[in-house]
Amino acid sequence: MSLIKSSLARKYVMALSGLFLVIFLILHVTINLASVFSPEFFNEASHFMGYNPLVQFLMQPILIAGVIVHFVMGFVLEIQNRKARDVGYVKYNGAANAPWASRNMIYSGLVVLAFLALHFYDFWVHEMTYKYIEANPQDPTRYYAETVEKFAPVWRTVLYAVSFVLLGLHLWHGFASSFQSMGVNNKYTAGFKKFAKIFAVVVPLAFAFIAVYHHLNPITH
Amino acid sequence: MKLYLKIWRQKDAKSKGAMVDYTLDGVEEDMSFLEMLDILNEDLIAKGEEPVEFDHDCREGICGTCSLMINGRPHGPDSLITACQLHMRSFNDGDEIVIEPWRAKAFPVIKDLITDRSAFDRIQQAGGYISVNTSGRPVDANAIPIEKEHADDSFNAATCIGCGACVAACKNASAMLFTSAKVSQFALLPQGQVEAAERVQNMVRQMDLEGFGNCTNTGACEVECPKGISLENIARMNREYLSATLKG
Ligand code: HEM
Ligand code: SF4
Ligand code: FES
Repeated sequence: MSLIKSSLARKYVMALSGLFLVIFLILHVTINLASVFSPEFFNEASHFMGYNPLVQFLMQPILIAGVIVHFVMGFVLEIQNRKARDVGYVKYNGAANAPWASRNMIYSGLVVLAFLALHFYDFWVHEMTYKYIEANPQDPTRYYAETVEKFAPVWRTVLYAVSFVLLGLHLWHGFASSFQSMGVNNKYTAGFKKFAKIFAVVVPLAFAFIAVYHHLNPITH
Repeated sequence: MKLYLKIWRQKDAKSKGAMVDYTLDGVEEDMSFLEMLDILNEDLIAKGEEPVEFDHDCREGICGTCSLMINGRPHGPDSLITACQLHMRSFNDGDEIVIEPWRAKAFPVIKDLITDRSAFDRIQQAGGYISVNTSGRPVDANAIPIEKEHADDSFNAATCIGCGACVAACKNASAMLFTSAKVSQFALLPQGQVEAAERVQNMVRQMDLEGFGNCTNTGACEVECPKGISLENIARMNREYLSATLKG
């Protein structure tokens, strides 16, 4: 019980759920990249993820729970942190001692959350409708064309790309921060921080590239 | 030089305070920041007004009493010094200087720029001590071999003067840097290991009870700490707390 009430325990929850989402991102970006380089592999992988019972009924609920735990705890921390300074400063120079990304995790997180709502609507709701409501038969070749078509409108492509920039900022601070939260700070930390920043640029950039690529390369019949 | 000061004035803990403007002429760059405030206060007393109350004691960076938020930064613009070690050469003629007390729910304002930092004392009392006998009998503490690295890290953690700049700087008003320095100072020495698990749990519990915020690892505390206390101490406390809790 003491684990739930303590500020440190809340940070462990934040860090572990955040790291879990980072691992998920690696898997996600890998499959997405296939949609650019090998539509066949993309179709196979998507079909596997969409119909494998282990993925659908174990991994997907764990992922959804992970997201919920992470952002709910993010709100809890934010509310407590605001309460901890009940009277604010007239002049507060936050930029003098801490990077922007670290001071605005709640805002980058909120953009990612709003993005997730759209993303769920775009793909998850669509899948659920296709599979369970309309009860369509399995079609292992549909995913590539469906994905490319999603990025036909400019607005969706732009919203996705902008969200990925904010995801990058979230990870710019968050990835390395989660190790500090778990108490890992040693001789490898300086090197790991560099890696985490490269990761925070490369992975969101890859996601954004994929969206823009499909927008610019529609399927012509 | 001539300065335009904006200073937080608050009659007592219950009153609502406000910023008040003062213009101060004849400030010299060799003066310390607190001497500049002394001169302002002499002027105010001569005019029959209430002087500005601010905390100070040693005026040489060792007691941790002085505690001023200067232009939005604890202890002012320079690194690794306290407000009493700040000199007016860090400012220019005609500058506006905003001076406020530390702001944290756990550090309520008592008057003007003075806050009640006894929350730190209570965190310290919750576990920042050792109960083993170190009087020299039967073993002289100096005769216990301690790895140089541990001795250095422990000493560095022990240089924390409890000023509260870490809390003041933190966007969350978190006391993690202070508490972790006090935990680390003992955790790294054999004498401190006997009570290590209870110590970290009790001190963190007290820290939370006082109403400090959570840590976002922004690192603002480390940048503003006059003693250069490292974030590594926070990681150490996170580790110690995790293992203490898992062991039950
Ligand atoms: C794929 C999506 C996401 C990933 C990969 C991710 C990853 C992370 C990581 C690794 C951390 C660092 C944890 C720590 O410092 O211990 C973090 C912190 C944080 N995340 Fe996320 N996050 C994601 C989505 C979100 C969402 C949707 C929100 C919603 C508000 C959010 C809010 C926060 C907040 C507020 C923090 C800072 C907590 C603090 O240290 O005070 N994140 N995130
Ligand atoms: S850790 Fe640094 S800033 Fe915080 S109380 Fe100790 S000396 Fe002051
Ligand atoms: S008055 Fe003692 S540290 Fe400033």
